[in-house]
Amino acid sequence: MAGSDSRIRVKQTDGVTQVEFIDRNILDEANIQAIGEEIGSIIERTPQPRLLISFANVDHLSSAALGTLITVNTKIRNKGGKLCLANIDPQIYEVFVITRLNQLFEIKESTDEAMKSFG
Amino acid sequence: MSHPRPSPTSGHLSLVNDRDQISALEDLVVERAEELGYSRGARFALRLAMEEAIVNAFRHGHRALPAETPIEVEYSLDEDRIRVAVHDQGPGFAPAQVPDPTLDENLEMPSGRGLVLMRAYMTRVWHNAAGNRVEMELRRREDA
Repeated sequence: MAGSDSRIRVKQTDGVTQVEFIDRNILDEANIQAIGEEIGSIIERTPQPRLLISFANVDHLSSAALGTLITVNTKIRNKGGKLCLANIDPQIYEVFVITRLNQLFEIKESTDEAMKSFG
Repeated sequence: MSHPRPSPTSGHLSLVNDRDQISALEDLVVERAEELGYSRGARFALRLAMEEAIVNAFRHGHRALPAETPIEVEYSLDEDRIRVAVHDQGPGFAPAQVPDPTLDENLEMPSGRGLVLMRAYMTRVWHNAAGNRVEMELRRREDA
C-alpha cells in the first residue's frame, strides 16, 4: 500500500500489481529515486512479481526515470516475474523509441491489453 | 490576481540544484516558446532537452563540488530558433567517450541517455572544448 507521501498509486488486480504515477512530470531526481525504492520494495516482497506500470497521467519523463525503469525491469526479471508498460502518450513513446527501450520493455497501448498479456 | 508580465526573449541566470528553481526556469522558457507559436512537440522537446542538460550539469559536472555550487543558464528565443546554453563549474567531459546507450550491449545501462535525447530532440547540440558547457539550438520546423 502506498503511503500518503507516495508518488505512485498501487492496486492489485487478478494477481497483477498495477502502478500509476501521481505526478504528470517524472523529472525530479528525488521523486524518481523514491518511486524506484517504492516499486523496488513491492518487487522484494513478491515472489514472482507481475507488474503493470501505467503512464496514463504522464506528460514528461526524463532519462533518470528511464534508468529507474530499467532497474525495475532487471529486478523483476531476476525474480522470474514480468513487467508491462501501458498507456504511454505518443510523445513519451517516442522517447522510448529514440533510446531503443521500446525493444527492452513490453509496451501495450492500454491497461486491458497489458492485463491480457499476463494471461 | 496579478497580470503576467511579458516574458523576456533572452535571459542569463545562475541556478542551484533546486527542483522548484529548475522547473520555474523550464516553465518560463517553454511558456515563451508557446507565446512565439512553437508547437506542442517543439515545447516537449525543449523541456526535455533543458531538463537533461541541467540535470547532467549537476549530476555529472558538479559531482565533486559543493551542493550549493550554481550553474549558469542562458536562453534566447525568437520566431525562428531557440537557444539554450548550460555552463557548469566542473572539470568537463569528452562527449565522444560516453558509451552509446542505444547499442544492444548497452541497452540495459541505467544511465547515459540524456545526451542521446538532447541530440535527438534539438536541431544542434555542441560542447565547448572543456566539455563543461553545452549549447543547444532548436530551429522552427515548417509544422512548428
